[in-house]
Amino acid sequence: MLGPFLETLIGGLLTGVLYSLVALGFVLIFKASGVFNFAQGAMVLFAALSFARLAEFMPLPLALLLAIVVMVALAYAVEFLVLRRLVNQEGIILFMATLGIAYFLEGFGQTVWGSDIYKIRLGLPTNPIFLFESVFPGGILIDPSELIAATICGLLVLVLALFFQVTRVGRALRAVADDHQAAQSVGIPLNQIWLVVWAVAGLVALVAGMMWGTKLGVQFSLSLVALKALPVLILGGFTSIPGAIVGGLIIGAGEKLAEVMLAPVLIRTFDLAGGGIENWFAYVLALVFLLFRPQGLFGERIIERV
Amino acid sequence: MLYREVGQFKTSYVADEAIFPIPLDRWFVIGLTAFAFLIVPLFAGQYFYAEVLIPVLILSIAAIGLNILTGYCGQLSLGSGGFMAVGAYAAYNLAVRMPETNIILVFVFGGLMAMLVGILFGLPSLRIKGFYLAVATLAAQFFLEWAFARVKWFTNYAPSGSVAVGRVEFFGIGIDTPMRIYLFVLAITVLLALAAKNLVRGRLGRMWMATRDMDIAAEIIGIRPWHAKLSAFAVSSFYIGVAGALWGFLRLGSWEPLAFDINRSFQVLFMIIIGGLGTILGSFFGAAFIVLIPIMLNQLPAWLGIPLSTATISNLEFMIFGALIVLFLIAEPHGLARLWAIGKEKLRLWPFPY
Repeated sequence: MLGPFLETLIGGLLTGVLYSLVALGFVLIFKASGVFNFAQGAMVLFAALSFARLAEFMPLPLALLLAIVVMVALAYAVEFLVLRRLVNQEGIILFMATLGIAYFLEGFGQTVWGSDIYKIRLGLPTNPIFLFESVFPGGILIDPSELIAATICGLLVLVLALFFQVTRVGRALRAVADDHQAAQSVGIPLNQIWLVVWAVAGLVALVAGMMWGTKLGVQFSLSLVALKALPVLILGGFTSIPGAIVGGLIIGAGEKLAEVMLAPVLIRTFDLAGGGIENWFAYVLALVFLLFRPQGLFGERIIERV
Repeated sequence: MLYREVGQFKTSYVADEAIFPIPLDRWFVIGLTAFAFLIVPLFAGQYFYAEVLIPVLILSIAAIGLNILTGYCGQLSLGSGGFMAVGAYAAYNLAVRMPETNIILVFVFGGLMAMLVGILFGLPSLRIKGFYLAVATLAAQFFLEWAFARVKWFTNYAPSGSVAVGRVEFFGIGIDTPMRIYLFVLAITVLLALAAKNLVRGRLGRMWMATRDMDIAAEIIGIRPWHAKLSAFAVSSFYIGVAGALWGFLRLGSWEPLAFDINRSFQVLFMIIIGGLGTILGSFFGAAFIVLIPIMLNQLPAWLGIPLSTATISNLEFMIFGALIVLFLIAEPHGLARLWAIGKEKLRLWPFPY
C-alpha cells in the first residue's frame, strides 16, 4: 500500500512543479503591476508553439534564442499597445484586457504556427526510473523528464530570486511591487518595469511551455493548463513566489492522491459515470483553504482602513 | 431641444420616484417594448429569430444577473456558466419527473435551484475578496460542470450524457415556432429587467452599491455585509438560473454540460464589461454586441469573397474578437451604456451646445 501511495505522491509533486512554473508567471506580473494576467496560459501555448515550430527548421539552441526574442517582442507589444493605454483603470478592466489578449494570442498563435499537435524533442531521457526496488515490490516508478523539469524549475526560481534580490532592475521591480506611486516618484520608469516583468513572465511561459510541451505535446489544450495554475495561485497567494512553488506542490500531490483515493469512493457512493475529479478538486481544496487564510499561504496580509 | 428636463415639474412623490422620470425616456422605453412585441414579429425571419433575437434576449437575462453581482455588488464571478447549468438541469429534472408542471413553474424552479447553489458558493465571499473570489467562483464552475457530466441522476440516466426536452407548452399553447419562442422569451425578459431595475434603485440595490464602493464603510454605517453579499449572490444566481433554463429549453432543446462551460462564463462577463458595469441597459447592449460580433465575423469572409478554411476562420475569429475586446476597453472602459449616456447628455444641449 505504501509503495503505490509514494509513487502517486511523487508523481503528483512532480506535476505540481509544472503547475508552479505556470503560476510563477502570474505571480510575477501581479506583483509588479497588480494585473491579474489571464493570458499567461495563452502565453505558454504561444511560446511552446513558437519554439516547437522553429525547432523544426533549426538547431535547438537557435530555436530557443529566437523563441526568447519572440516572447520579448510580445511583451513589448503588450506593454505598448495595451497596458500603456490602460494605466489607472480598475483591476477588472485590466483583467478583461488580458482575457482579450488571451483570445488574440490563441488565435494568432494558431494562425501563424498552425493548429496541429507538435512535438518538442529536447532529447530528455524517457525511460522510467525505478527507485527503492529493494524496499517495495516493483519499486517506485518515476518519469525522468519530470525530474529534469523539477530541477529546471528549481534553478529558475533560484535565478529569479537572485535577480530580484541582487540586481538593480530587481530592486526596482520590488519597489514597484510595493508601491507604484512611491516608485515612480523616486524615478523608476514604470513602463520599462512593466516591459521587463512581462518579458520575464514570457520567458517563464517559454520554460513552462517547453516542459508541458514535452509532456503533453504542443496543442491548444496547453492554454488550459493556466486554469490548473489558478488554484495554485490562490493557495500560495497572488504575490508570493515561494507561495507559487509550495502551492503547486500541494495542489499537484493533492490532486493525484484525490484521484486515486477519493474518486473511487465518490463513484461508489454517488453512482457516477467515471471519476475525473481532477478538474475541480484543486479548486475546492484551495477554496476550503481560503476560508481559513483569505490571502493564501504566503500572500500579503491585507490591512484595510476607512 | 427635444430631450430635456426643463419645465417638467414633478408635483407628487409618485412622479418623483418613477423609474423613468423624464417623459421622453418613458415613452421611448414603452415604444421600444411595443415595437419588440408588435412590429418585430411582422418582419423577422426564421434565422433572425433563432440566431439573433432569442440568444440576445436570453443572454441579456444572464448578463443582468451577473451585472447585479459584479456591477452592483462588486463581487467578481466567473461561475455564471455553472449557475446557468444548474438552472437548466434543475428545470429539466422537474419537467421530466413531473411532466404536468406549468412551464413557468419549471423555469422558476430552475432559477430557485440556481439561487440555492449560488448562495452556497457565495459563502466564501464573506471571507475573500477581489481576484481571490473570482478564482474561487471558478470552483463552482468546474465542480458544477463535472457534477452534471458525471452524476447520472441529474441527466435522468441518459446513456449519452446529453438531455433533451420535449414540446414546451404554456397553458396549452405550444411554444414551438420561433415567433412564439421569441414572444415568450421577450415577455420574461421584460418582466425580469423591470424587476431588476426596481431592485437596484431600492433598498437592496443601495446596500449592494454601498458594499461595492467600500465594504468596510458600508459595514460601519450599518449594512450587514453578509446580508448584502449573499442577497446579491441569490438574486444574481436566480436570474442566471432562469437564463440557463431558457437557454436549454428554448434555444438548444437538447444539451450537455459543455453548453455551459467556462467559455459561457467568460461570454457573460464580456457582455457586462462591454455593455457597462452597473447598468441594466448595458446588459442588453453587451448581449447584443457579443452575440452579433461572431455572426458578423463568420459572414465577413463570405461577403468579401475571400476563400478561407474553417480552421483559419475560427482562428481569425478568436484574434479579431480578442483584439476588439482590448480596443473597446481602451476606447471606452465604461462600456456601451456610457456611450449612450454621453449621447443623451449631448442631446440635451442639442442643437445649441453652449
